[in-house]
Amino acid sequence: MSGRTIKVDLLARVEGEGQLYVRVKDGAVADVRLKIVEPPRFFEALLRGRDFREAPDITARICGICPVAYQMSAVHAMEDALGVTVGGSLRALRRLLYCGEWIESHALHVYLLHAPDFLGYPDALRMAKDHPAIVQRGLRLKKAGNAIMRLLGGREIHPINVKVGGFFRTPSRAELAPLADQLEQALDDARETVRWTASLPMPALDLPCTFVALRHPDEYPFNEGHIVSSGGLDIAAREFDRHVHEEHVPYTHALHSTLDGAGPYLVGPLARYNLNGDRLAPAARQAAAGAGLGAVCRNPFQSIVVRAVEILQACGEARQIVASYEPPDRPAVDVPVRPGLGYAATEAPRGLLYHRYEIDGSGAILDAKIVPPTSQNQKSIEDDLRRFVTAHLDLPEQELQWRCEQIVRNYDPCLSCSTHVLRLEVDRP
Amino acid sequence: MTGAAAMVIGVGNPLRGDDGVGAAVVRRLRTRVWPGVAVRELDGDGTALMEQWSGAAAVVVVDAMVSGAAPGTIARFDAVREPLPAGAFHLSTHALGLSDAIELARAMEALPPSLIVYGVEGEGFDAGAPLSAAVAAAVPVVAERIAREIAAAV
Repeated sequence: MSGRTIKVDLLARVEGEGQLYVRVKDGAVADVRLKIVEPPRFFEALLRGRDFREAPDITARICGICPVAYQMSAVHAMEDALGVTVGGSLRALRRLLYCGEWIESHALHVYLLHAPDFLGYPDALRMAKDHPAIVQRGLRLKKAGNAIMRLLGGREIHPINVKVGGFFRTPSRAELAPLADQLEQALDDARETVRWTASLPMPALDLPCTFVALRHPDEYPFNEGHIVSSGGLDIAAREFDRHVHEEHVPYTHALHSTLDGAGPYLVGPLARYNLNGDRLAPAARQAAAGAGLGAVCRNPFQSIVVRAVEILQACGEARQIVASYEPPDRPAVDVPVRPGLGYAATEAPRGLLYHRYEIDGSGAILDAKIVPPTSQNQKSIEDDLRRFVTAHLDLPEQELQWRCEQIVRNYDPCLSCSTHVLRLEVDRP
Repeated sequence: MTGAAAMVIGVGNPLRGDDGVGAAVVRRLRTRVWPGVAVRELDGDGTALMEQWSGAAAVVVVDAMVSGAAPGTIARFDAVREPLPAGAFHLSTHALGLSDAIELARAMEALPPSLIVYGVEGEGFDAGAPLSAAVAAAVPVVAERIAREIAAAV
């Protein structure tokens, strides 16, 4: 056998449409391509000429799973351009909204998309037949996240209450209070999720990789912090463009990103955990230790455990914000209009999400740049696949394809976001 | 709100041509007032279906379908008795589609006692397009059939 091809034409259990293509020639991997076939959507271009206040609602449409991340990066970048700082209760409410999105997005991935791989089911439906109580727990968690999104955002998908400077309307204490009971249950479910994911049969893998995430002086990062890497990078969001380079690759609709001096890098739960493990709340840190996670986790399969730890972190944080909430005097701070350049990076469930805007004196957007987590991860995912296929060329075709798909799902890629990717093709002529 | 005896749920995205048929039907039904009957629109995640119908005794869902039938064709399925026909209802790449959401609920024994699905064969699903003529003509017919079904259930 001189060569063979693995092709997956429609990757399942990822958000959006993508393909995987691996070509093996003379016993070696000749080519690995993660092809994101979601149509390009040109958000950066269609933002030009729009008012700066529209950016959070327009960019939220990039993703139905993580709209809050787009809203948060957009408002922070605009506030950076306009010299506005949002603090106190408004800042806490933004964190609460982000907690809701993390809980909802991570619960979806852990229970419905990722877990079936570990338990040998083709999908969550088959898994639910044998393990109804487990899936029930996942849906309960997802519902808790949705409840936060609905209460603060006005609705679960594409929330409509976020604006530059704060919110259109902020809840009263009484309106927020019912979340407290739901979050108590969610905390129990989250602790159980960490224990359960840690008990799953876990393939061993140690991925040499540069991790990139936000880091904040005393918080597990959501909205604020420096961009740091496991290679010693430590920059402000406004320096991102000088260190991260995007390039167009012909076979995919998503731009590839590389980091100065490091090449491919990884953002997302593993990166956050590895760079901010010391910023986890004590309960989440204990749960992580109990689950056997070390200070550094470089096994992408274990990302399911890290996501569970992050669900616990977000539930704890959300409960604390709800308990100590004092309604702000006004739902938003005043925002002066002036020309400027603004930069922000926040932590979407899938990792660092960078926005940059230039606006003119009337508040019109002159230029926009958006770098989503999945496009940043593309090259690292391909590297992981290349190493895996190289080491497992002897596997039967179907098994190899199945394992390749699992590798892609380890990264929870959001292909729709990244085009702003998956079919598997393995080519062994 | 839970606790409604019966519920009509229109599924689909009104901004995607004939995918808006679910919303069009429930909007038509909204103009009638029935005690104990809730009328909802749902655009997005199929797992939200279970939350929506929890507590309701009789649920009717209406959605666009692509089965190869003539555009505007109306089909009625008893989803408690058997799964929806494979591939006829929208497959979401983001989360669960209607068929998957119903099967997930069946696996977890979270189906309502009665669950009827009306499918209306779509012709086009382009962004921003209106309902096609065939589907628009089916809207009052489906609404009337659902109204009769609900009247018998409550």
